Amino acid sequence: MHIDTVVGDRLVHKPKFLAALFAAAFALFFAINVSDTSLGISLASLIGNMVAGDAYGRGIIALILAAIFVADIAIIGFLPLRAQLIVVWLQLAVLFLAFFLVFHLSFPFILSKLRFMIVQGVVTTLYVSAIAISISFMLAIAGAIAKLSNNGFAIAIANFYTSLFRGLPLLMQVYLIYLGLPQLGYVVDAIPAGVAALSLCYGAYMTEIFRAGIESIPKGQWEASRALGFKFGLTMRRIILPQAIPVIVPPTGNQFIAMLKDSSLVSVIGVWEVMFLARTMGTKTFQHMEMLITAAMIYWILSMGLEAVQSRIEAYYRRRGAR
Amino acid sequence: MNPPPTVATDESGASESSRQPVISVKNVSKWFGAFQALKNISLDVHRGERIVLCGPSGSGKSTLIRCLNRLEAHQEGEIIIDGVALHNRMRNIEVVRAEIGMVFQQFNLFPHMTVLENLTAAPMWVKGVSKGEAVDLAMTLLERVRIPEQANKYPSQLSGGQQQRVAIARSLCMNPKVMLFDEPTSALDPEMVSEVLDAMTDLAKSGMTMICVTHEMGFARAVADQVIFMDRGEIVEKNSPTNFFMNPQSPRTQLFLSQILRH
Repeated sequence: MHIDTVVGDRLVHKPKFLAALFAAAFALFFAINVSDTSLGISLASLIGNMVAGDAYGRGIIALILAAIFVADIAIIGFLPLRAQLIVVWLQLAVLFLAFFLVFHLSFPFILSKLRFMIVQGVVTTLYVSAIAISISFMLAIAGAIAKLSNNGFAIAIANFYTSLFRGLPLLMQVYLIYLGLPQLGYVVDAIPAGVAALSLCYGAYMTEIFRAGIESIPKGQWEASRALGFKFGLTMRRIILPQAIPVIVPPTGNQFIAMLKDSSLVSVIGVWEVMFLARTMGTKTFQHMEMLITAAMIYWILSMGLEAVQSRIEAYYRRRGAR
Repeated sequence: MNPPPTVATDESGASESSRQPVISVKNVSKWFGAFQALKNISLDVHRGERIVLCGPSGSGKSTLIRCLNRLEAHQEGEIIIDGVALHNRMRNIEVVRAEIGMVFQQFNLFPHMTVLENLTAAPMWVKGVSKGEAVDLAMTLLERVRIPEQANKYPSQLSGGQQQRVAIARSLCMNPKVMLFDEPTSALDPEMVSEVLDAMTDLAKSGMTMICVTHEMGFARAVADQVIFMDRGEIVEKNSPTNFFMNPQSPRTQLFLSQILRH
C-alpha cells in the first residue's frame, strides 16, 4: 500500500475529534449499562455503592470509563509508531485476559493439568498437523500441476478432488474416513484417519493456491527455460516453483494456521489432542471453563508461532526480491 | 553430418561452405484458430548465414522463428533442424532446443538466479558439465558481451541492455548451432540498443548462424546476408541487403521501408 508522503496533524490530537470520541464513548458506556458487570461493580466501590445503582451512578461510571478511554488514546497518539504498536497490542491482550479472569478460574487446577495437556495434547496436535501439512503440500503441488496440464484424466481427477474436499465440511470428512473406510474392510486408526482427512481437505484448498501461484509466473519464463533445453520437471522444480513460492507463502501460512486449529476436529474420533483433553479433563470436577480456556490459549500461542515462521519466510523472500 | 570444408572464412559467404541447410522450412502453414499466421513458408538457412526477418507487426515473423525451436507448433509442411524433423510426437525436442539459442524481446532471464547462475544452469543441468567448467565458460562469454563484472548480480539490478547481453551469453553457453533473435532491441531504451547490436555484430563476425527478427535496418544492412520481408504470413521478398534497401521489388516492401525509414 502507498503511504502518503504528506502528513497532517494527528487525528487523535484534534480537540474536535477527541470531543466526539468522548461523547460517543460516553453514550456507548451509558447505553450498555455496565453497572452490574464486574467492571461496574469494582468502579461502584470507588464512587460509593449508594449512587452506583441509579441513572446518576450509571452516568458517572460511563463518564469515568469514557474519560479513561479518551485519555488513553490521546496519550498513545504521542508515541512513535513501534511503541504504539506494542502498547495497543498489549492493552487489547490485557482486556482479553481480563475477560478470562471474570470466570474465577481455579489456577491450581489448570497448573495441575497443564503438564499432561502439553506432553500429550500439544504434542499430538503438533505432529498430526505437521504430518498433515507435509502431505497436503505434496497433494497441492500434484493437484496444481494436474489442473494446469492438458491431460483429460488428470484435470478431471484434480477437479473432482478439489470440488469434493472443498465442498464437504471437514468434520464430515473425518467421519467418512474413520467410519466409512471400515465398511470397505479397511479399519483405520483414529490418528491416520484424522491425518488423512486434514491432508485431503487442506490439499484441496492449497491446490488452488499453488495453481494461482504457478499461473502468476510469466509465460516467458517457461519459454526461456524450454528453449534452453530444460524438460518440464526441471523447469517446474528449478525455474517456476522457486519464483512461485514467494507468491504462495502468505496464503499457505493462512492455511497452515487454519489447519492447526481445525486439527481440533479429529477430537471427535478420540484422538488425544488439545481439544479432546480440554473437553474431557475438566469433566470429572465440572471445571470445563478452566480447560477450555487453557486450550484456547494454547491454540493461540501455537498460531502465533506459525505466524512468526510465516513472517520470517516472507522477510527472507523480500530480502531476496529486493536484491 | 559432414563437416563444412575448411575454405569457409568468417567474412565470405559461408552459405556455400555446407551443402545441407542447417534449417530447412518447407511449405509451412500455421493457424491460430481461424487466423492463418503463416502461409506456405519455405526457407533454407545454411551454416554461417545471417538472416534478418522484418515486416509489419502481425506479419508472422515472430511466429516463424518460434516454430523453429517449436515454442509454437506448425500445422502443415515440414521444418527440419540439422537433419531432425520437428513434429507433434517427437521424443526429445530438448536435444534440438539445446542446439538452438533463443533471445527474447523481454530478455526472460531467471530473476531468482544471479547472472552467473543464469549462465551455468543449462550446461550443468542439461549437458552435465561440471560446475567449475560451466563457470569458466560463463565468465568467458560474459567477457565476450563485456559485462564480466556483473556476474554475481541479479537480473533486476542490471539495465535492459545489460540484461539482454546476459540473455545472449546465456544462449551461447549451450554452444548452439543457430541463434534466433526475436526483436531483441524492441524493449530497450534507445541508448541501450547499440550495446546489444554490438554484441550481435560480434557474434555474426564469429561465423554464427543467425536469424534475427528486428527493425534495426542499420544492423540488417551491416550484418545480414539476406533480408526477408514478411507480410500477412507470407514471405513477400527475399534479397541481399543492398538490393533490399536500394531496389525493393514489391510495392508492400516499398511501403514498409518508406514507413520505417521516413524519420
